[in-house]
Amino acid sequence: MNKKRHINLTGPISSVFAIVIGLLFGFIVLLFCNASQAIPGFFTILTGAFTHGLKGVGQVFYYATPIILTGLSVGFAFKTGLFNIGTPGQFIVGAFGAVYVGITFTSLGHVHWIVAVLVSALCGAVWGIVPGILKAFFNVNEVIASIMMNYIGMYAVNWMVKADKTLFNSMRNESKNVAVSAQIPKLGMDKLFPGSSVNGGILIAILVVIIIYLILNKTAFGFELRAVGFNREASRYAGIDEKKSIVFSMMIAGMISGLAGGLLYLAGTGKHIEVVDVLASEGFTGISVALLGLSHPIGILFAGIFIAYLTAGGFYLQLYEFSTEIIDIIVAVIIYFSAFALIVKSFMTKAARRRQAKREEKGGKGE
Amino acid sequence: MDYVIEMMGITKEFPGIIANDNITLKLKKGEIHALLGENGAGKSTLMSVLFGMYQPEKGIIKVNGQEVKIKGPLDANALGIGMVHQHFKLVHNFTVLQNIVLGIETVKGGILRMEDARKKVMELSEKYNLFIEPDALISDITVGMQQRVEILKMLYRNNEIMIFDEPTAVLTPQEIDELMIIMKNLTREGKSILFITHKLNEIKAVADRCTVLRRGKCIGTIDVADTDKETMSEMMVGRKVNLKIDKQPAKPKEVVLSVEHLSVKTKKEGHTKDLVNDVSFQVRKGEIVCIAGIDGNGQSELIYAITGIERMSAGKVILNGEDVTDKTIRYKNTHGLSHIPEDRHKHGLVLDYNLAYNLVLQQYFEPEFQRYGFLKNDKIYDYADKLIDQYDIRSGEGTATITRSMSGGNQQKAIVAREIGRNPELLLAVQPTRGLDVGAIEYIHKQLIKQRDEGAGILLVSLELDEVMNLSDRILVIFEGSIVAELDPKEITVQELGLYMAGSKKQVKEEEAGLS
Repeated sequence: MNKKRHINLTGPISSVFAIVIGLLFGFIVLLFCNASQAIPGFFTILTGAFTHGLKGVGQVFYYATPIILTGLSVGFAFKTGLFNIGTPGQFIVGAFGAVYVGITFTSLGHVHWIVAVLVSALCGAVWGIVPGILKAFFNVNEVIASIMMNYIGMYAVNWMVKADKTLFNSMRNESKNVAVSAQIPKLGMDKLFPGSSVNGGILIAILVVIIIYLILNKTAFGFELRAVGFNREASRYAGIDEKKSIVFSMMIAGMISGLAGGLLYLAGTGKHIEVVDVLASEGFTGISVALLGLSHPIGILFAGIFIAYLTAGGFYLQLYEFSTEIIDIIVAVIIYFSAFALIVKSFMTKAARRRQAKREEKGGKGE
Repeated sequence: MDYVIEMMGITKEFPGIIANDNITLKLKKGEIHALLGENGAGKSTLMSVLFGMYQPEKGIIKVNGQEVKIKGPLDANALGIGMVHQHFKLVHNFTVLQNIVLGIETVKGGILRMEDARKKVMELSEKYNLFIEPDALISDITVGMQQRVEILKMLYRNNEIMIFDEPTAVLTPQEIDELMIIMKNLTREGKSILFITHKLNEIKAVADRCTVLRRGKCIGTIDVADTDKETMSEMMVGRKVNLKIDKQPAKPKEVVLSVEHLSVKTKKEGHTKDLVNDVSFQVRKGEIVCIAGIDGNGQSELIYAITGIERMSAGKVILNGEDVTDKTIRYKNTHGLSHIPEDRHKHGLVLDYNLAYNLVLQQYFEPEFQRYGFLKNDKIYDYADKLIDQYDIRSGEGTATITRSMSGGNQQKAIVAREIGRNPELLLAVQPTRGLDVGAIEYIHKQLIKQRDEGAGILLVSLELDEVMNLSDRILVIFEGSIVAELDPKEITVQELGLYMAGSKKQVKEEEAGLS
C-alpha cells in the first residue's frame, strides 16, 4: 500500500490569483493619480526590477532577505496557532544585537559576522519568548503582549543607540558603521549579480526557510507544535507539554525575526539604525508575506521575493512623475489584495468540491 | 392521503459518498415519525435537505401536497418546519424569553415590545406543560429546560412540523420521560414530529411509524407497534445484533489503580463545595468498574484529576503500585494508562490532523516512529493502516483523511483503536459510546470486554443505565462529588440504581468502609 498524499495546487494558484487582482487594483490607483502615465507606470512596476539586468535581480534578493524571514516568523507562528505581530520589535532588537556586536567586538576576526548574526537571533528570541511565556503561563493574549514588546523594543533600541557613544553617530542621528569583519560575506553572490547589494544573507534566509519547513513537517517537535496549534486541549490530553510548545514556538518566531534584522543591518550597504519613533516596516511586511505565502515556508520564500520585486520595480515609478508616497500606496494596495489569497483559496476549494461532485455524477454510480 | 411532508426520491451526493440514495420519507399529520439509522446513514443529510441547507441532486419535496423548493432555513421556517438541533442554538447570556423571540421580535417604532411576546410565550408554556421561567438566563437552567426553550421557539413561530435531532442524547432518564410526554402532547394538538434517533427504546415508547436508513439507502418504513426491537436493529445495522452482552464473570487480579482521598475544589468564585469530595476506590486487573451517576456529579472532574488534565486539590493516585499523583500526563500515558475521553472533539482528536497522525498522537515520539527527532512517516502510516484494518475505521481517504471530515462513530472508533492499541493496563473509558449507533456500541462494548479478559483494568464512566448494568462487574455510584454506594450489578435493579444516582438513597458508612 502506498500512502501518496495528493499534491494540492489550490494554495499556489489562489496566491497567484490574488496577486492578479491586487495588480489590477494597483493599476486603478495609478489611473486615479495620473491617467496619462498609468500604462507605462504599471509596466514599470512589473518589469522595473530588471531595468539594470542582473544588478536589479540582485537588488530584489537583497530586499527580499529580511521580509522572507519576518514572513517566515509570522507564518511559523501561524502554523502553531499563534499570531506573532511582534516582528517589528523582534526585528529591531535583533538588528541592535547585530550592530552592537558588529561595532564593539572587533577582535573576533573571521567569526565576527557569525557571532553578530547569532546574537541578532538570540536578541530576537528573547523578544519573542516574553509574549510566549505570558501566553503559556498567564494566558495573556500574544497579540497584545507582542504589540507592547514592539514599542518597548523600538524605544529601548533608540535609547541604547543614543546612550552608547561608541555606537552613536550624532551627526546623522543613527548608529555607526559596523566593522568590515562583521559584514556578511558575499558568498559568491557578488559574482552572480555584479554591482548589487545582495550578499550571503539571502542564502542564509533560504537555509532557514528549509530548516523551518523540515522542523514543521518532518520532526516530532514540529508534530507537537502543530498539534498544539490546532487543538491545545487535545495536545495536553495526549501528553504534549503545551506550555513548552507555545514558549518554544514564540521563541523560534522571535529568533527568525531577529535574524532578519541582523542580516539587513550587517549587509554593509550603509544601513544604520536610525533613531526615529517608527516601528520597523520590514516587520509588518512579514505579515503580508506570510498571508500571501499561506504560511507555508516555501510559499513564504516566493511571496517574499515577489513583494521585494514589486518594491524594486516601484522605485522606478519616479521616472513617470509619481511621487514616492504613491509608489508606497500602490505597492501596499497590491500587497493588501494579495493577502486575500486565503479568501480566494476557500472559494477555490468550494468550487473544486462542486466540480468533483459533478464529475462523479457523470462517471456513473458504479461504486 | 394526509401527508404534511413528502420527500420523494431524494438523492444527495458528496465527493466519494452517496449520502442519500433515492430516499422517500412521508410524514403524516399528527404522527411521531422516527428516523432511525446508524451514524453516517444519511439522517442528518436528509434533514439538511429538508431544511434547505443542501440542495438534492434528484427528488422532490412536497409540503401539504404542494411541491416546494426549499433554499434555506428561512424558507423552511416559512413553511412551518422547525428543528431542535442536537446542540442547541441558544444565546447563553440572554433570558429564556429573549431567546424565544430572537429574530422575530415585536417592535413598535424601533422599540422592543416584550409584553405581547411574554403573554404568548406563557400561554404556550402552560398549554403544553413546559413550565419555563421566562426571565431565567439560559446559562443558569438545566439542559432539559434548554431543550424546552427550543421547543417553545418552534411553537412561538407557529411551526406545525417539528424535527427533533437526537433530543435525548443530553438528557437524564427522568428528563427523557418528560420529553416523551411533551412530544405526545404536541401531536395531540395536531403537530407532526420527525424524531431522529438511534435508540430503539425511545422509538418503541413514542413513535407511530419509523423509517430506517442504512448507508444512504432507505430500508423501509414500518409501523412501530407491529415490529419488535430486534427486527428494527437488524434493519438498521444490516445483520443480527446482539442487544445483550455476553460475558464471563470477572476474574479480578491485582490492583492496578488505587485512588485515595481524592478531592477537587471548584474553580468558580463563590462556590465552596468540592466538585469531587474525598473519593477513594480501587480498580483491579481483569474487572470493569463503572462509575454511575447523573451528568455533572463530578465524574468528569474525577477523571481529569486521575489523568492529570486538571489538578486535584488533595489525594493520591497510585498506578501499578507507583504513586503517580504528581507525574506528567505523558508519564502516565507511557506507564500503562489509556484514556478514552469524554469529549472526542475537545480532547480526543486533533481534528485538523489526518487519521494517521491522530492514531499516533501519544506514540509519535517513541523510537518506533521517530529517529533523531525526525518522524518515520512510513512507519506511522503502516501502523495506522494496521489499526484501520483491525478496528474497521471507515473514512473517505484512509490514513490521509482529515479527521474533521469523518463521522462521529468512526472518530470514536479511531480513538478506541488508538487507546486499546497501546495495550493498556488501565483503561479509562468515559462515555465511550455516547452518540453512537447500535452497531458501533456493540463493537465498543465487545472491545472493552476483550480488554478486560486480556487482563486490563477498566474504569468506565457512563450515564447510560443499560450500559452500566450490562458491562460492569462493580458499580460505584457518584452523587455530588462523593461515592455514595458500591453495588453489584447482579444484585440490583435499574430502578434501585436510579434512586442511588438521584441521591435519594445512600449506603451507610459501615458498608462503604468495606471497599477501601
